[in-house]
Amino acid sequence: MELQWQLCSETNLTLFFPKPITLEKQQQCWALADSIQQMPEVLEVVIGMNTLSVFTVSLTWIELEAFKDRLSALLDDIPSKTINGKHIEIPVHYGGKYGPDLKTLATELGLSVEAVVKLHTEATYTVYFIGFQPGFPYLGGLSEALYFPRHATPRTKVPAGSVGIGGEQTGVYPFESPGGWQLLGQTDIPLFDLTKASPTLLNAGDTLKFTAIDIYK
Amino acid sequence: MKILTTSALASIQDSGRFGYRSMGVDRSGVMDSWALQAGNALLKNDLNEPAIEIAVGSLTVQFEEDVCFCLTGALYEAYIDDKRIPCYWRINAQAGQTLKLLRPLQGMYTYLCVHGGFDIEPVLQSSSTNLKAGFGGFKGRYLKTDDVLKVRIASSLPVIGVARLEPTNMIRVIKNSEYEYFTSASKAAFESQQWQLQSSSNRMGYRLDGTALEFNEATQMSSHGVDIGMIQVPPQGQPIVLMADAQTTGGYPKIATVINADIGLMAQIRFGKTCQFIVVEVEQALREQQKRQHYIEQIKEYAHES
Repeated sequence: MELQWQLCSETNLTLFFPKPITLEKQQQCWALADSIQQMPEVLEVVIGMNTLSVFTVSLTWIELEAFKDRLSALLDDIPSKTINGKHIEIPVHYGGKYGPDLKTLATELGLSVEAVVKLHTEATYTVYFIGFQPGFPYLGGLSEALYFPRHATPRTKVPAGSVGIGGEQTGVYPFESPGGWQLLGQTDIPLFDLTKASPTLLNAGDTLKFTAIDIYK
Repeated sequence: MKILTTSALASIQDSGRFGYRSMGVDRSGVMDSWALQAGNALLKNDLNEPAIEIAVGSLTVQFEEDVCFCLTGALYEAYIDDKRIPCYWRINAQAGQTLKLLRPLQGMYTYLCVHGGFDIEPVLQSSSTNLKAGFGGFKGRYLKTDDVLKVRIASSLPVIGVARLEPTNMIRVIKNSEYEYFTSASKAAFESQQWQLQSSSNRMGYRLDGTALEFNEATQMSSHGVDIGMIQVPPQGQPIVLMADAQTTGGYPKIATVINADIGLMAQIRFGKTCQFIVVEVEQALREQQKRQHYIEQIKEYAHES
């Protein structure tokens, strides 16, 4: 599959890397974002899961065409960027009222609740990007044994701090919101705090581990 | 000005918060950017000056100073004390008078703009309210009874009015990156049918009801950057038009995007009413955008001469 920028609105161009999702492709997204951010036409760059979205200032048709050509030229030889981020641990209350889906998820996967928690806490995750809502980390590194589809009908309210699994991803909801992920537990650690110089607890390239404060069945 | 009563969803919004999407912070901002710009142009304000966005119910405020204001966007039945006032006109009110916004007669979102603007401390470079994360605007939330908003300057201006954009439910869109994922029957149905706006719609997304759209094959996409106007189609086939409070990233395929020129028209469609989509070329979308900007420039010129 040839890499190509897709025009998603008059002011948005998005690049999708072909599946499967890998850290190498994410590192290419990080590198591309750095160089594109410097272009005068660019308002913002949003990194997704092996994707990159560029938001432009208001352009004319001719300017937009020229800009698209300049973006396309960058795809001939994509650099890669490694980030030596910080490492943190996130303590989690697993199961019970904190993780209403833990028990059913364990049953469906043919595992014990303890085994699910063990698999979830022993992995080291890499933050691929922050998106969806303020401070929400999209994490790579989930054990394949824990891949599990989202709920067919999303919950209307997922509590703040909820730790969940959505397909091949795991992450933490910083704020109460609707959401379809399988909820395993909850953390008390704030992921977004405007009183801090860097409001997001995590940034792309950081690594983290979850630790179990307690497990309720 | 003091909020005396409110049953409306009223919040402080400007044109949006940009530059923080990499932190997951969405744009927020007004639903109808052309209405905000028209109001600010009419009052000789900076076009990005925040206003009170009002929807769904009634709102009564008392002025604590002499204020020149205007109402743009949805046409509200509005009164100063007991006197009916028109929308899209500069109105001078004196300290102690009340402004009552009773109900929208046409449209969804109305903007109360004041000359000189409200004294709002920006958060992350914007005065918009981020209602989900609870910051920005007035205490990061909808306005309540007894809230007091400070107007920067007491003033009055000659009374003038301007034309508003003609409302329509014919909404122009451009094809989005997953347009070809849909069956040809569904691509045709997307444009030919009347989509009904569900009452579960909100500032985050407008949910549409109609004959379900079908994919050529089941698709799983990775989460990627999304924006206001993009029309996502979840597996069940009912489209959602992302609006001002849309999340920064999403994973559903997108059939089309409402052109920037028509976002305000889309925002003003009421629950239960219908809209129809017309696919246009990007080149035309950009020309329409320039026409809207020209309309705002005209208001600006007229406001300055008067």
